[in-house]
Amino acid sequence: MLANYGYIDGSGQYYITIDTDKCIACQGHFCVEACPERMFTIETDDYDDNVAVIQDAFRHQIKYKCAPCKPVSSHPELPCIKACTAGAIEHSW
Amino acid sequence: MAQEFWRWKEYNWRDESINPKLVKILSAGVDIGSVSSQAVILADGQLYAYSNMRTGSDSPDSARKAMSWALESTELALEDLHYIVGTGYGRVNVPFAHRAITEIACHARGANFMYGPTVRTILDMGGQDCKAIQCDEKGKVTNFLMNDKCAAGTGRGMEVFADLLAVPIEDIGDLSFQIEAEPNPVSSTCVVFAKSEAAGLLRSGWPKNLVLAAYCSAMAHRIISLLERLGVQPEFAITGGIAKNSGVVKRLEKELNLTSMKSQYDTQIAGAIGAALFAKALYEKSGK
Repeated sequence: MLANYGYIDGSGQYYITIDTDKCIACQGHFCVEACPERMFTIETDDYDDNVAVIQDAFRHQIKYKCAPCKPVSSHPELPCIKACTAGAIEHSW
Repeated sequence: MAQEFWRWKEYNWRDESINPKLVKILSAGVDIGSVSSQAVILADGQLYAYSNMRTGSDSPDSARKAMSWALESTELALEDLHYIVGTGYGRVNVPFAHRAITEIACHARGANFMYGPTVRTILDMGGQDCKAIQCDEKGKVTNFLMNDKCAAGTGRGMEVFADLLAVPIEDIGDLSFQIEAEPNPVSSTCVVFAKSEAAGLLRSGWPKNLVLAAYCSAMAHRIISLLERLGVQPEFAITGGIAKNSGVVKRLEKELNLTSMKSQYDTQIAGAIGAALFAKALYEKSGK
């Protein structure tokens, strides 16, 4: 399942996509520790799989919470994407 | 008291042909949404009874009322139900539910029941958010995204316009087509901006129907951006209260260049049906 967490507002579309089919296979869940804002957590989803999700409290703030990892001057690899060995995480912006 | 144009009709229903005493599994789903609450009772997986009412300020109380109303026309009591699943915004506040499941999963499962196994893309236009879901032939979610950042593009936004224009909410769809030419949409970024813009249009002499058309069109535009991100397959269905608003649905279909699937079931109970189907499966899995 492709789970998209985020929102669309007047300034654009801000979604973090987690491919749960890939995420299930990961035992480490390194994304949880890698995110400086600790936005990721591991939850049991509706189909009883343990997968990474963006915590509820952050889903309306990801544009701002992710901003420090996305400087305008350069495009470094994002810590969450780098840490995800399963290649399950994508950002829409 | 002034007429509340936004207030839609609440109701309950029961299938009189079903005898609950002959049923093996009675499962139920309770969908506590931001605007409306539904309780659905399935008898061996068949729709037996349901209620649809406004959500109050207290989610547990809304859940109790919705379930009581669904049970009212039956000979059943809450204790007779074998398994209950709560869903929607208030899913964790359904005191008598055995489990809570997200509305995303429940809407996909419910749409699979209502529209058949061919449905692949579901748009749920709810009271305070909008969800685009893709599912497989079993109603399992394969991709989803939702937008609940603003009431624009939701049922609440439509209620605001019903009040502003003093038009009963059920009449908005039909009235929005009683125009000579399709207007440009109003702002779809924010329902407060849209309301201000509409007030300005009324002052400048626009008839009500034209303003309604502009807002229905704005809602369709807003939803398109959500659907474009997800991708739309031809087997496309709409659930939620706005699915009953032809002004939005027909404009959306025109922009997407496809016709949405139709169902004999009430589009507002999709989430609760899905929850009740999950409840049945979980009860069977428990082996009781």
